[in-house]
Order: sequence, then structure tokens, then C-alpha cells
Amino acid sequence: MNTNEISAEKTAPKLHSVKKSRNSGKIIIYILLGLGAVLMIFPFLWMLLTSFKTNAQAMQVPPTFFPTQWNFDSYAKALESLPFGNLYLNTGLMIVFRVLTTAAFCSMAGFAFAKLKFKGRNLLFSLILIQMMLPSQIFIIPQFQMLASLGLTNTIFALVFPGIVSAFGTFFLRQTYMGIPDELIEAAYLDGANTWQVFTKICFPLTKTALAAISIFTAVFAYTDLMWPLIANTDLNMMTLTSGLSTLNGQFTTNYPVLMAGSLLSMLPMVALYLVFQKQFIEGIAATGGK
Amino acid sequence: MNSEAKWGYGLVAPTIIGLLILNIWPFIQTLILSFTNAKKFGSYDFVGLTNYVRMFQSTEFWQATWNSIYFCILTVPVGIILALLLAVFLNSKIKGKVVFRAIYFLPMVVAPVAVAMVWKWMFNSNYGIINDVLGLHIDWLTNPHLAIVSCAVVSIWSSVGYDAVLLLSGLQNVPKTLYEAADLDGATKIQQFFHVTLPMVSPTLFMVIIMRLMSSLKVYDIMYMMISESNPALLDTQSLMYLFYRESFVIGSKGYGSAIVVWTVVLIGIVTALQFWGQKKWVNYDV
Repeated sequence: MNTNEISAEKTAPKLHSVKKSRNSGKIIIYILLGLGAVLMIFPFLWMLLTSFKTNAQAMQVPPTFFPTQWNFDSYAKALESLPFGNLYLNTGLMIVFRVLTTAAFCSMAGFAFAKLKFKGRNLLFSLILIQMMLPSQIFIIPQFQMLASLGLTNTIFALVFPGIVSAFGTFFLRQTYMGIPDELIEAAYLDGANTWQVFTKICFPLTKTALAAISIFTAVFAYTDLMWPLIANTDLNMMTLTSGLSTLNGQFTTNYPVLMAGSLLSMLPMVALYLVFQKQFIEGIAATGGK
Repeated sequence: MNSEAKWGYGLVAPTIIGLLILNIWPFIQTLILSFTNAKKFGSYDFVGLTNYVRMFQSTEFWQATWNSIYFCILTVPVGIILALLLAVFLNSKIKGKVVFRAIYFLPMVVAPVAVAMVWKWMFNSNYGIINDVLGLHIDWLTNPHLAIVSCAVVSIWSSVGYDAVLLLSGLQNVPKTLYEAADLDGATKIQQFFHVTLPMVSPTLFMVIIMRLMSSLKVYDIMYMMISESNPALLDTQSLMYLFYRESFVIGSKGYGSAIVVWTVVLIGIVTALQFWGQKKWVNYDV
């Protein structure tokens, strides 16, 4: 008892000083993180503020921080020069189809590669690994030629085309299915389930988190991709938000308020989704990290 | 054939057929095209090594190869160090972690086209906010020596949050007991970082470096948006993928474009192999 008290007394001031230095460390961390956060936010804020300025005001030297008059003309001009309705629709459809085919085909193949035994399984799986190692640009010319020879350029199908199957998605979901214990599957077989039922009723429901992750990854990738949509669909009405926005660059080289308004309009849906599902986005994309 | 095998083939069929049509066959075709004089449309003839000879004699090609490598040198070390610092900060016991994480991660869900657009505006030499704040008049995007550095800044800004989130998940797996032991031994925070954190997180770090190297070697969209065809800094900035895009889809020589993309794959292969060879010296897998 006595000795305990003494040692507590002795260590108390020491603990106090440790706490103090920890606090000053924390303050430095807050300052650095805060400064970094300002650097991260500022470009978006500047985009927003510029979009409400007139072109003359944007080019004022020295620049004013806030617009003197909040002006919506740039939004009208951006909406006039780009068929935003179509761009939202095309992008939305591309994402929906890519996510659906990826989720369906990758789940099927992921389950089969993880849990079923068949001849040539490793050989077929090596095709997946080969695809993952190659950059997508090496496929792009023949993919475009295929599409052009079928007369399918400037369609929604063209946007979905290279993303119908996903080697990475298959690889990722195979990992998830491999984590499901074999005992669970054997028990289902003993209860009289067939392979399809084991897949759809037992295993598939257990992969929800992974499926959400790969869906978010697929959606963000499809949304940000530029080269393929730019090549496949040259008709402005069939472009995605990303490729459509890139054409604005040539039209309004010097009218930055319009370029900023267009950028904001094209960012809006994904950023809104991100703000709502922020945790799922970050954890989903982090889970698929490495690609 | 038993029923399990039938199910196996049936379930992998869509993916495998899709891969054969969309990836494996196009890959072989790109290799073939690189030995032809394929243009925008129509038939083509085999021309042997002509494209490769032309490529290896072209100063524009070697410049683009160097630009791609230089872009990696500019972005990867700085980007990784910043991401690691950010991850360590986000891993400490502070409030508002979720908010900070969300802010730093934001560029990941914004198309690089939109990101490049606002940076191009901020880098504008006459009216840009950056020159105004610095009180200078620098041609960030048209000076041949600077343009690639400006693109690198945008690239680092875009990816630092993503890399930090990946590294953070590695940091969270480091057992707390190691730090407690280091504390008892009297190790300072800095010593703990170099002797505990860094070795423990090295497998994740290696993965992030490989990923960042590959995506930097393939950089295209930021440059496409910030450095236009008429920009005097184009030749000193354009990456291999930008050159590939211009040759294949703007100029329309698909044969030559194919040779460029084949070379890029070889280059990525070499760089990745070097990394895997070098990792033995610093990556610690005995965890």
C-alpha cells in the first residue's frame, strides 16, 4: 500500500509533462493537417467563386476574392454549350450497366474460381492475372476497331463495352469467396442444396461489403475515365460528363467562369454521392487499393 | 464431366469469353498492328520493324519516354512522403479524423478533367491566383522547363489523400504493444517512426509505391487538359500515353501508336521488375 502511494507520487509529475508534450505535438499535427486541408479545399472553393464572376471580373488584376455581383450567366452558358441532360444520362447509364455486369459476372467467376474444382481452373485464372498486369491502353486501338466495324460507336453500348467484364473485380471477389469457410458450403450440400443454391443463397449474401467496394470502385473509375469515352463517342450528345467537359476546354479557352461552371456541374453528382456515402466510398476504394 | 465442373465452366464462361474478346485478342492485335502501317481506317500492310525503327530514331519519342520517367521522379517520392506523413497524422489520437480524411480523399471522386481545369486557371500566368499570391509572373504552363513540374504538382495534390488512406490501413495493423515496448526502451517518436512504423508498414508502402509508379508512367488526362496541342511546352511535357493518344487518334497512325504502347508496357515491366528486385533490401515481410 505504502510503496504504491510513494511510486504514484513520484511518477505523477512525470506523467504530467508527458501529457504536456503530447498536447503540443497534437497542436502541431492539427496545424499541419489544417493547412493541408485548406490546400485541398481551396481549388474547389476558387472554382465555385470564379463560376459566379463575370469574365471581366475573373480577369481583374489584382483579383477580388468574392464576386462583387453574384452572376449566374456562366452556368447558363455552360448549359447552353454542353447537353448536360444527355451527359448525366449517358454517364448514369454507363455506370449502372458497368456496375451490374461487373457485379454479376465477377461474382459468378469469383465464386467458381474460389470454391469449385474443374480442369484448367488455374490456366483460366492466369488469363485474369495477365489482364491485370497490362495497362488498359494496350487494348484500346483494337477495342475501338471492333466497335467501329460493328457500327456501334456513339452509343451507350460503346461506353459500357470495355467494362463489361472486369479481371480485377474477379480477382478481388475470388479473394472474398476464398474467405468463406468450406464447412458452411459442405453443410448446405448435406442439406440437399445444389451448386447454384450454394452460390446464390449461402455465399453471395456474405459478400455484400466486397460487392459494395467493387461497385464503388467501378463507378468512380468509369466516371473519371477520359481516353476511352473520348475515342468511342465523338458525338457531343453521346459523351460522358468527363469527355464532354474536356471539349469545353477548346470552346472557351479564355472564359474561365464558364469552364468553372461546367466543371462544377459535371462534378456535382459524384461529389454529392461522396458526401452522403463518404465512409463507404473511402473504405470501398481503400479495400480495392493496389489497382 | 461431373456437375461441379459443369457449374465451374458455366460460371466463369461470361468472364473468360469477355476477357478473350475484350483483352486477350486486342492485346495480340496491338502486337500485330505495331508491325503494320495501319491508319485511321481500312486495310494495312506489314512493314516489319519500320515503326520501331522510326520510333527509336525519333527525338519526340525519346523525349516522351524521358518525360514519363521524369514525371515519376517528380511525383512518386514527394507524393509518397507526403502521403506517409498524412497517414501518420491521421493515425494519431486527434479529433476530427473522419473530416480530415474525407477532405484529403475528395479529389479521388472528381474527374481529373475538372481538377486539371481549375488548376489550369490557378496557374494562369496573367490572371491566376498563384502568381497573384506569390507576386510573380511565372509561365507555369507554357515554360518548357516548368510545365511538367506544374502537372506533377496537380498529380500529387490529386493522389496524396488516396495513398494516405491505403497507408493508414497498413498503419492501423501495427500492434500497439510494439510502441509500448519502444516507449519503455526510451525511444523518441522520431526513432519509433523509423524503427517501428516504417519496417512494419513497408509491405503496404511497397504496394503503394508500385501502384503510384505504374499510374505515373501512364499519366495522360492531366497533361491532355493542361497542355494543349498548341502549347510551346508540349514536346517537353507530353508523356508516352499522351504521345500514343495523339499518334493513334489525332494523327491517326495506329501502327506507330501501337508500337508506342508496346514500348510503354515494356517500360512499365522493367520498372516494376526493378522494384520487386529492390524490395528485398527494404521490405519487411516477417510480421
